[in-house]
Amino acid sequence: MTRALTLLRRRLVGSIFVLLIVIVGTFLLLEAAPGDAVDAYMVSTGGDAGMIELLRHRWGLDQSELTRLANYLWALLHLDLGQSVTFSRPIRDVILERLPTTLLLMVSATALSFGLGSALGVYAGARPGSFRDRLLSIGSLALYAVPGFWLGLVLIVVFAVDLRWLPIGGIETLASDKTGLDRAADIATHLILPVSALGFIYLALYLRMMRAGMAEVWRQDFVLAARAKGLSRRRIVLAHVARNALLPLVTMLGLQSAQMLGGSVVIESVFSVPGLGRLAQEAVAARDTPLLLGIILTSAVLVIVINLLVDIAYAFLDPRVGAGEAGT
Amino acid sequence: MSPLRCFLRTPEAVAGAILLAALIAMALSAALLFPGDPQAIAGPALLPPFQDWSLPLGTDRLGRDVLAELFHGARTSLAVGLAAAAAALAIGSVVGTLAGFAGGLVDEVLMRITDAFQTVPGFLLALAFVSVVGPSLGIVVIAIALGTWPGPARVARAEVLSIRERDYVAGARVIGMHPLAIAFREVLPNALPPVLAMSSVIVAAAILTEAALSFLGLGDPNRVTWGGMIAEGRAVLRTAPFLSIVPGIALVLTVLGVYLAGEGIVETTAVRRGLS
Repeated sequence: MTRALTLLRRRLVGSIFVLLIVIVGTFLLLEAAPGDAVDAYMVSTGGDAGMIELLRHRWGLDQSELTRLANYLWALLHLDLGQSVTFSRPIRDVILERLPTTLLLMVSATALSFGLGSALGVYAGARPGSFRDRLLSIGSLALYAVPGFWLGLVLIVVFAVDLRWLPIGGIETLASDKTGLDRAADIATHLILPVSALGFIYLALYLRMMRAGMAEVWRQDFVLAARAKGLSRRRIVLAHVARNALLPLVTMLGLQSAQMLGGSVVIESVFSVPGLGRLAQEAVAARDTPLLLGIILTSAVLVIVINLLVDIAYAFLDPRVGAGEAGT
Repeated sequence: MSPLRCFLRTPEAVAGAILLAALIAMALSAALLFPGDPQAIAGPALLPPFQDWSLPLGTDRLGRDVLAELFHGARTSLAVGLAAAAAALAIGSVVGTLAGFAGGLVDEVLMRITDAFQTVPGFLLALAFVSVVGPSLGIVVIAIALGTWPGPARVARAEVLSIRERDYVAGARVIGMHPLAIAFREVLPNALPPVLAMSSVIVAAAILTEAALSFLGLGDPNRVTWGGMIAEGRAVLRTAPFLSIVPGIALVLTVLGVYLAGEGIVETTAVRRGLS
C-alpha cells in the first residue's frame, strides 16, 4: 500500500510540472493570437480610444508579459479561466456545463472499444495464425484506417436517414419533458451512433494490442506448465494467456484518453452533441481564443487525472509495479 | 533472399504498395489530367455519378467536378501527410537524442515538455494553433507535427540511452569530438531505425488529422482537400450521400495503403536484420 502511495506521490509531483508547462504554453498561444480581450470586448460593445485605454489598464493588459503570466497563474489558482466574450459568462461555468456530456461520451466509447476490442482480441489470439485470426487482423486494420467523422456520417446515412431507426443528432429529444428512466433511455438512444463512431476506431487498437500481447504470452514457460498440468485449452486461454495480456491494455487506456478527447471534438460536431468538443469548435468559429485555451487546460487536467487513476488501478492489478522503484 | 522479393511475398504488403502507387499516380497526374482550377464550375450542380462520361463521378452542390477534386485532394493529403510526418520525426529524433545523450537536468526538462505535449489532446492543440495563426498548408503541417513528435522523441531517447554506452561513443569522446557532434553524427544516425519504423503509423495519423481539420473548415481554403469535400457534401447528406462517401473511401484506401506497405517494409527489414 505504501508502495502505491509513494508511486502516486511521484506521479503527482511530475504532473504539476507538466501542468505548469501546459499553462505557460497556452499563455504563449494566447499572446500570439491577434487582438486581446479588450479588442474582442470592443467588437461586441463598441467604444472610443479612451475607453480602450481604460479597460486595458483595468484588466492589467498594459503590464509586462511576465506580470501578465503571473496574473494568469494567480487567476488559474482560483480556478478562474476568465470571461468568455461569445457567451458573456465565466469560461469555467461554460466548460463545466459541457463537461458531463463529453465524459459520458468518452466513458461509453471507451467501454465499447475496450470491452469488444479485447474480447475479439482474445478470440483472434486464442488460435494464432488461424483463418479467423487473419480475418480479424485485416478487418481491424481496415477499421483503424477509417476517419471517425466519416464513419459517423455513414452511420447517419444508414441508420438515421435511410432506416430511421435512430435520431440524427443531439443528446436528447428537445422539449420532451422526459424524466427519470425515460430520459436516460432517450439519451442512450441518442448516444448509440456517436459512441459507435468514436469507439469503433479505438476498438481496432485494443484488438490488435490484445492479440499481439497474447502472442507474446503463449511463448512463456507458465503456459507450457499449464499445458503440462492438463488444463483445458479454454482455461489456458482465459485464465493464463488473456489475463496476462490484459495489463498493457490498461496502460493504453490512460495513454489513449488524450486521443479520445481529441476525437470527440469531430464526433460531437458531426452529431451536434453539446459537449466540450463541440464547444471547442464553437470557440474556433467565434475566434474566442481564451475559451479555446480554457478547454485545452481542462482537457490536460482531465488527461492527467485519468492517467493517475490508471496508475493506481495498475498498481492494484499487478503486484510487481513499483517494487523496484519504492526504494528510490 | 533479396529484400524486394521478401517484401513481395506477403500479399498485404503488395496490396498496400499497389494502393500507395495508385495514390501517388493520382497526385502526380492531377495537374495533367485535370488542368485548371478544380474548384471551378464544370457542369450542372448535383449531377449523380456515372451519368455523364465527361464527369464520371458527377458534380457537387456547386457543380464542381468530383473526380477532378478527388485527384487534386490526393495531392494535398499526400503532401501534408508526408511533410507533417517528416517534421514530427525530425523534431522527435532531435529532442529524443538531446534528452537521452545529455541526461540529467536537460533530459528531465525535455521529457517533461514531451509529457506536456502528450497530455494536451493533439487534435485540440492543432485546432488551437491553426485558429490562432490562420489556416495555410504550412501552418497545418506544423500544427499536426506539434501533436505527433512526442512518440518518436520517446523512442529515440530510449534507443540513445542504450547507444551512448557503446565503445565507439567512448572512442569519439577520447579523440576529443564535441559532445554535440557525437550526439548528432555518431549517436543519432544509429538510433534512427526504430524511429523510422514508426513512420507509416505517423504518416497515416497525419493524413487523418489533416482530413479532420479540413472537415472542420480549418484546412487551407485555396486547396481541395478530401476532408473539405466530405464537409461540403454533408449539407446534402440526405439527397446526395455519395458526395461525402466517395472522398471518405479515398481516405480509407490511402491510410490502409500506408499501413500495409509500412508494415511490409518493417517486417522485411526485421527479417533481414534477424538473418544477418
